[in-house]
Amino acid sequence: MLRHLVASGLLILSLVSCQKQTQVERANEEGILILGNSNEPKGLDPHLVSGVLESNILHSLFEGLCSLHPSDDGTALPGAAERWESNDDFTVWTFHLRPEGVWSDGYPVTAGDFAFAYERILSPKLAAQYASMLYFIKGAEAFNRGETDDFSSVGVEIVDDFTLRLHMRGPIPFLPEITKHYTWYPVPKHAVLRHGSMDDRFTDWTKPGNLVSNGPFTLKSWRVTHHIEVEKNPRYWDAGRVTLNGIRFLPIGNTYTETRMFLDGQLHATYTIPPEMIEYARERMPEMLRQEAYVGTTFLRCNTERAPLDKPGVRRALALAIDRESLIENVLQGGQKPATGIVPPFGGYDPPGDLAFEPEKARELLAASGYENARGLPSIELLTTDRDVSRRIAEALQAMWKQHLDLEVRIVQREWTTYLQRQQDGDYDIAYGGWIGDYLDPTTFLEMWKKGDGNNNTNWSSPEYEALLAKAELTADPDARYQVLAEAERVLIGETPILPLYWYTTNYLIRPEVKHWNPLLLNHHPYKFIRLEP
Amino acid sequence: MAVAEPHVPTRAAGAAAEVEQGTSLWQDAWLRLRHNKLAMASLVAVLLILATCFVVPLFIDLDPNAQRLDNKFAGPSAEHWLGTDQLGRDLLHRIIEGGQISLLVAFFATFLTGIIGILYGGISGYVGGKLDSVMMRIVDGLLAMPFLIIVILFRELIKVPVEKLSDWLIADVGLSTDLVLRFGNIAPLIVAIAAFGWLTMARIVRTQSASLVELEYIEAARSLGIGHARILLRHILPNALGPIIIYATLTVPSFILYEATLSFLGLGIEPPHASWGSLIKEGANFLETRPALILIPGLVFSGTLFALNFLGDGLRDALDPKSSKD
Amino acid sequence: MLKLVINRLVQAIVVVFALVSFTFFAVRLIPGNPFVNEKAIPEHILEQTQAAYGLDGNWITQFGIYWKNVLVEGDLGPSLSLYGRTVTGIISESFPVSLMLGLLALVMGVGVGLPLGALAALRRNGIIDYASMIVAMAGICVPSFVLGPLFQMYLARNIDWLSVAGWERPSDIILPAMALGTGVAAYVARLTRGGMLEILSQDYIRTARAKGVPPLTIVVRHALRGAVLPAVTYLGPAFAAIITGSFVIETIFQVPGMGQHFVTAVTSQDYFLLQGLVMFYGLLMAAANLSVDIALAALNPRLRAKS
Repeated sequence: MLRHLVASGLLILSLVSCQKQTQVERANEEGILILGNSNEPKGLDPHLVSGVLESNILHSLFEGLCSLHPSDDGTALPGAAERWESNDDFTVWTFHLRPEGVWSDGYPVTAGDFAFAYERILSPKLAAQYASMLYFIKGAEAFNRGETDDFSSVGVEIVDDFTLRLHMRGPIPFLPEITKHYTWYPVPKHAVLRHGSMDDRFTDWTKPGNLVSNGPFTLKSWRVTHHIEVEKNPRYWDAGRVTLNGIRFLPIGNTYTETRMFLDGQLHATYTIPPEMIEYARERMPEMLRQEAYVGTTFLRCNTERAPLDKPGVRRALALAIDRESLIENVLQGGQKPATGIVPPFGGYDPPGDLAFEPEKARELLAASGYENARGLPSIELLTTDRDVSRRIAEALQAMWKQHLDLEVRIVQREWTTYLQRQQDGDYDIAYGGWIGDYLDPTTFLEMWKKGDGNNNTNWSSPEYEALLAKAELTADPDARYQVLAEAERVLIGETPILPLYWYTTNYLIRPEVKHWNPLLLNHHPYKFIRLEP
Repeated sequence: MAVAEPHVPTRAAGAAAEVEQGTSLWQDAWLRLRHNKLAMASLVAVLLILATCFVVPLFIDLDPNAQRLDNKFAGPSAEHWLGTDQLGRDLLHRIIEGGQISLLVAFFATFLTGIIGILYGGISGYVGGKLDSVMMRIVDGLLAMPFLIIVILFRELIKVPVEKLSDWLIADVGLSTDLVLRFGNIAPLIVAIAAFGWLTMARIVRTQSASLVELEYIEAARSLGIGHARILLRHILPNALGPIIIYATLTVPSFILYEATLSFLGLGIEPPHASWGSLIKEGANFLETRPALILIPGLVFSGTLFALNFLGDGLRDALDPKSSKD
Repeated sequence: MLKLVINRLVQAIVVVFALVSFTFFAVRLIPGNPFVNEKAIPEHILEQTQAAYGLDGNWITQFGIYWKNVLVEGDLGPSLSLYGRTVTGIISESFPVSLMLGLLALVMGVGVGLPLGALAALRRNGIIDYASMIVAMAGICVPSFVLGPLFQMYLARNIDWLSVAGWERPSDIILPAMALGTGVAAYVARLTRGGMLEILSQDYIRTARAKGVPPLTIVVRHALRGAVLPAVTYLGPAFAAIITGSFVIETIFQVPGMGQHFVTAVTSQDYFLLQGLVMFYGLLMAAANLSVDIALAALNPRLRAKS
């Protein structure tokens, strides 16, 4: 009995002692950053995942040849490689690894680890979903498709332990940018092989205690749907710069819950903030609300094989009848930008664009396509997901088309997997969609509209468009290349197989004590520069 | 003992003189119900809710999906009695439409569970023996499953057939698109709930039918060569009606709750249509900013469940006087 | 008693087998596939992935292999949505959380419901009776997905040691347990009241009363014991449902329990995870029902004699 009393007394005491401090205040003392991270990551194997939230964790653990810049994502800082150079036409790149670079278990990071990683992600049996990110390397695609099993046919060359040479399929002036992506991270050959074969998906090498990494942090603990915690890696080559002792990533799926937890002092920063809370936050804590440009686009795909969407005039009419300003102002409320094209604006690239809100012209176009006042139009379905914001956008679009074109569109809402599957099967009329850039180059948005690309799904293709993309691939001069790409985009938007809606803005809340968390277009914040200064 | 107990109709008596005693059984029940103030108030409330959801829309132009983005989150006004939501839609209209859907789902599902339960339980109890024991084991087994999960799974499963059926009804049969889609929207949910919700009903009917079968007049009917189906329908069913009605009344609110839970999880009704569950789900997003958007649908929802449950309790007391031991 | 236990076990095994088999085929019949991704997967990669998970054979073969692995090796398979995690691992990590939450909710539910129901029965048709039954009805009619957000808004934001959501501090269990326990309390109160009324009308209680036995003694010694029977019957299934089926509460309060895996396993078509969860649930339910039967037999001498 007495023991129980003491125990419950202690429990109450611990409750009361919690009272003085919020979780964030305690974390500040411990030097731990607590971040909302949307959902449970599918995994921590950089070769198997393909999402943003996994990327957020992975770039704390691993480091590619080049590393992230804290305030300019167009600049590649030295990472595992201390310097690099290319030949004149950007087809051969040589990376010089730093000799002092080691894995968190003390083994040196060598060119062999990189070659092993690239062979692993490209090996057909591993079935890495995102292997195509390495198709820039000569011979990589053929190897990944199983057309050859000889990795020496792929342009990855180990010059010596600390020199890696990559032979590209064409001029890739932006390769250093790409090596910051997690698909290009090295994996520890010795540790992966300790838990299984190279191309085995089911090994334990990413479990806490097993995971060996080369980044500023190492994996400390991981509980499914609870948290992932990383701690400072003392063996990291630039450990002197790292001031955080650790980071906790919380998989909070419900964005409203996430915001409420932030307001309650449980998080340093949220992953996002739902539309209506933006206004609420702006009034009460403007200093914590961030709204920053982000390279992502929301658009609608049209199935160009289905009537009436096989007529470019109808597609364009639909595009012109969307009041993007009103959609942003009233539904999204996050300072997004009305999209006139698929590629969001960023330095150097001048997006073509003539899509505006012109209901008159939309009606004319519809009439010119043979559907005056929308008479005789076959029924159209708008496929969307069950997520809150996409649902609301669909409802708003439905109302706009009804108002401006007298067009009845039926919303079909499906669970995430079914929604994706139906798009990929081409079983839809119009589908809600979005795309986030993987690296800062227009091709990350343009490649997918090629004929037969797994992400096209619109049945639209254009030889002219693909000829322009091929031309760009052979153009080594960056400015000339951008111009060719812009011309390609003009062809795409001219035929409107997709209806661009808006360019992303990241909206999130962050506490003022988090320093050096700068606006970044790709939204990859390098944690090694971040400081907590309460 | 000269004074009979007039308020306790025995089953045998009720069946032997079906017409007269039958009426008086229901009259008695009605009398008892009228004395139960809580149940009567609930009855009035239920009728009011039904009238608002199904009769009022015949007279006013219900437009739950008309948006005015420049008039979102408006307070109550002459035009919008309960104000507007995040897309400037009339909250009252949405609650009415939501009620239609929530109630239709619950009523149809209850109706279906009633039919399945009566058939299954009736046959099981009537035939008895081995078959009865096997049939009841199956029910026991099914009762051990994670109901909501199976409903979600089953709903996913029948969505495609229902969609195909809807397309066929529109294209080849020529039914009104709006009507078909409205039902196509809720049909998978109804079927899924009914497909697994009939178990308790079957048990209840089985108990009744098993006890009735042993009575003499059923034996007599059998020996006269009256068909099994006729005996089941004409003699057993009417006498089991009391418990069936009681249970059905209590089933409706629980099905409303299921529908709402599924809608809350985003697995219910499709937009832009509303159900009470989806209204509450959306409303919960505006707790800090517009609490009315969760409080009003929440109140209507809980109020309806309240009324239906109290009415069910009252009916039980009225129809099965043994359960209230005064 | 032993016969009852064996009977129930056999029944449970049949039921669980049937249930898992139904799930096995149903989840595969749903359109879509578990590997579908926002970024399209090339056909050759999809095929390789399916081969890696043993999903390339026909369903009958897969079915056989699945049961062989379960029965012979005790292997419930890998999760398809969480790479590198096994179903067993996911269940063993999340079940303790659900168990703790569920137990606390049950304790709260019984702790409030039982006295409330007993009190109502003793003051039959009085104000206390009506009031407590209305409160109980409110517990049934205000669903947890309304209660949860209200608790977050009005309790957590105003009381420092209560968090809005999360599973970090010991106090984080309180709000979700309250939201879950309210419904339990309401049912228990109603059932206890019913059971108690039935007992109080029994002859032996009337006799005891007539003999002048003090009311408190009657209630505690005789009535309460019989009155909890219906509540105990309810608690078995409620227990299983509460610790697995609390997915609404888990999503609202960000609790790392089992419930949310149920929903995500369906929506992400994680075949093995769903099958494993359904199996676990079925076994748990059988165990709960069996313990209820045993408890009832212990509480009720008449039943004990019968069996």
